[in-house]
Amino acid sequence: MKPSRTITIFAGLLLAGCLLASILLQRRLDQERSQATLEEILYVPSPKVLKRLSLGYDGLLADIYWTRAVQYFGGKHHQGAQEYKLLAPLLEITTELDPQLMVAYEFGANFLSAKPPNGAGDPQRAVELVEYGIRQNPNEWRLYYNLGFIYYMELHDYAGAADAFARGSKVPKAHPWLRIMAAQMAQHAGDAKMARMMWTATYESSTDPSIRANAATHLRALQVDEEVSALESIVAQYRQKAGHLPGGFPDLIAAGLLRGVPIDPLGHPYKLTPDGRVEVQSPDDLAFITKGTPPGYVPPKVPKFLPSD
Amino acid sequence: MSAIEIQGLEKTYTVGFWRKRQKRALKPLHLAVERGEIFGFLGPNGAGKTTTLKLLMGLMYPTTGSARILGKEISDPRIKAQIGFLPEQPYFYDYLTARELLQYYGQLSGIPARDRNRKVTEMLERVGLRDSAGVQLRKFSKGMLQRVGLAQAILHDPQIVFFDEPMSGLDPMGRREVRDLMEQLKQEGKTVFFSTHILSDAEALCDRVAIIHMGELRGVGAIAELTAGVHGRVELVWQGTAVPAGLRALGAECHITGENVRAVLAETSQDAALDALRKERLRLISVTPVRMSLEDYFVQQTGSSQAATRGAS
Amino acid sequence: MSGRIVHIASNTFREAVRDRVLYNLVAFALLMSGAAVLVGQISIGIERLVVINLGLTAVSLFGIVIAIFIGIGLVSKEIEKRTLYTVLSRPVRRWEFIVGKFCGLAGTLVVNTFFMAIGVFGALLYVSHHFQRADGWVLVALYFIILQFLIITALALLFSSFSSPLLAAVFAFSLFIIGSFAEDLRGFASMTSGVSRWLAFGAAYLVPNFSALNVISSVAHAQPVSAQLIATNTGYALVYVGMALCGAVLIFERRNLK
Repeated sequence: MKPSRTITIFAGLLLAGCLLASILLQRRLDQERSQATLEEILYVPSPKVLKRLSLGYDGLLADIYWTRAVQYFGGKHHQGAQEYKLLAPLLEITTELDPQLMVAYEFGANFLSAKPPNGAGDPQRAVELVEYGIRQNPNEWRLYYNLGFIYYMELHDYAGAADAFARGSKVPKAHPWLRIMAAQMAQHAGDAKMARMMWTATYESSTDPSIRANAATHLRALQVDEEVSALESIVAQYRQKAGHLPGGFPDLIAAGLLRGVPIDPLGHPYKLTPDGRVEVQSPDDLAFITKGTPPGYVPPKVPKFLPSD
Repeated sequence: MSAIEIQGLEKTYTVGFWRKRQKRALKPLHLAVERGEIFGFLGPNGAGKTTTLKLLMGLMYPTTGSARILGKEISDPRIKAQIGFLPEQPYFYDYLTARELLQYYGQLSGIPARDRNRKVTEMLERVGLRDSAGVQLRKFSKGMLQRVGLAQAILHDPQIVFFDEPMSGLDPMGRREVRDLMEQLKQEGKTVFFSTHILSDAEALCDRVAIIHMGELRGVGAIAELTAGVHGRVELVWQGTAVPAGLRALGAECHITGENVRAVLAETSQDAALDALRKERLRLISVTPVRMSLEDYFVQQTGSSQAATRGAS
Repeated sequence: MSGRIVHIASNTFREAVRDRVLYNLVAFALLMSGAAVLVGQISIGIERLVVINLGLTAVSLFGIVIAIFIGIGLVSKEIEKRTLYTVLSRPVRRWEFIVGKFCGLAGTLVVNTFFMAIGVFGALLYVSHHFQRADGWVLVALYFIILQFLIITALALLFSSFSSPLLAAVFAFSLFIIGSFAEDLRGFASMTSGVSRWLAFGAAYLVPNFSALNVISSVAHAQPVSAQLIATNTGYALVYVGMALCGAVLIFERRNLK
């Protein structure tokens, strides 16, 4: 005797209906809970407790929290967020679970300390994170570099930076950069050469794509700033010689002060304004530049990172 | 040396979680089984048959008492090579085939590798499982499992075999085959000790039986002796169709078959009945004692004390 | 004597295989393949780290689950199904039965781990494109994981010899969790005093020390494992297994099989 047809149809339809309903309800739940997940993490037990709970599988749990940290930051950064409340706790949990996860400290040094929207704007906490890392890994030169980086870039504490680099240079197999930067800090603190050296160091010593992209963007910004300064001083030279402002770059080329039309890192030619200022064609595409922008320019909320090489 | 000597074997255990009670599964048992005989261990369900067997196999430990098999204590592991055991409603590793199971048991029994294959094949043949040798046991019917059980019990050619309810769940054909096997084993000089509550099997097979009830031994001996020693009945056959009045008064059951009458009455009334027949000048054809059946004896042994205990508890 | 143990062990292995235990390797293979492919997109720069962490954690968890699930039934299933009666009616000593069962399950887990190791190294090769010398330490981590399995198996067998499968599972799993805290327990014990100190110390030393056997994180960071640790852990595992098996034998020898 075969199973009843009525039951089969009824149960089958009910099954499909319930499946559909469960999908719709879950989407509803996701909306209601998107706030909750945020608070959930804040209620998470202290990193030390979490380490206990991981039953010895803390390596994997650290990797999971690291992934969450990266996605948290990346997602909010994409929306131009002005605060990243959870970045510090996530990184602290990650490093408690796996104190040797270097990339987490690097990430903190770069993005915990930087000002919003590019970072969480909490350099002090970043310092604490990296100092913790140094206690756990006293022979890891990269951490001293990260520490010095925070002092220099966000805290503008050049003495502190020099001190960090000096400590780091004493570590076996330390990169020669550290000694050089410690030595040059006294004279060149605050100037572009120092900044360029640091961003290059960050770019080359990290494997994390976000960190590298950030560094590359800053390096390009420095390049633009330098080029704009150089171009404006050439304009001033011309003005001195000719007594009036140049009409355009061809004038400067004719005067022998330039070899060709200057091109910005994006491949677009610079603009020469009637009042003698040099500007980039698309300032919105060049994040972090301090020169070459029109007066009254407001950078977009979401800085455009260039992809790293 | 007897095949099996049981000396005061007793098993009591506590039951119950909160209020512990003592349960006497087996009262001190004294029993001896001779070599080469088929011995039946009879009793109703729960009488203590399986307990006794488990004690003998070393699966349970006695509260007091001891037993010897072939002269060695039951705790001596060396006797295991000489005995085979078929438990009640056996269940075997269902992921193995019949052949693999017997191979495994052969390994555990210490049969050398070169003989194992041959013996396993012989055994499968003997119990009629040759065609199912490669089938997984989970697909076996109850009867087939029983046959595998028998096979593993005699695989290593033991001197004594212990069967617990070997016929349970078998159809008449199966039971016939098991009976034949047990007869064969006896022919080979082996001792067979089996428990059952099916009396007709016992009657057909056993040289001697023991009846156990509520953990207590009620009688041991050859069936004929057990049933003979009790007041039996006698059957009188005479020519004609007349039944003297006096005979009915003696409580005889009379059947008229053809030209004869058969009457069965108590042995004690035999003389009075013969007198009555002589008075009527009826021609006596035969006087035959009718033995009490084993069943009657069994019920007698197990029934009365049931009433007694019912009154006591 | 050893012949019977070998036969019981290989029968136990056969039972596990026919119970389709080894199918867990399919799930594991899928996991490792998925991880190897995805890790290149999610965790750039730390692929090797993640693959080793994930792989070894999975090996450990899969194996512990198998060890407990099968271990709790090793004895109780045989009693419940009454397959034990015909085995013990043969010249098999009860202790041989226990040891044989243990070796069978242990062997199953070693074979299982061997195949899983191939999976882990395969994934590692896929993300790193070549082997490094430091990958050798992954073998040590796997060895320690096998030692964990032996301990859990022995414990599951011990509990199986006197309690029901459900209770045995609860006990074994609880000891696994507590064992991960063994080092903390000893620290905690040294801070208490009086009766609770004795209790805490007793518990701390009796509980299996799984924290010492877990080197997954350091191996993931390509750090070496000292030979001394290897030797001490091996000795500890053997001693602990011995303890548990003796307990199982003592209990099982006395047990009345109703």
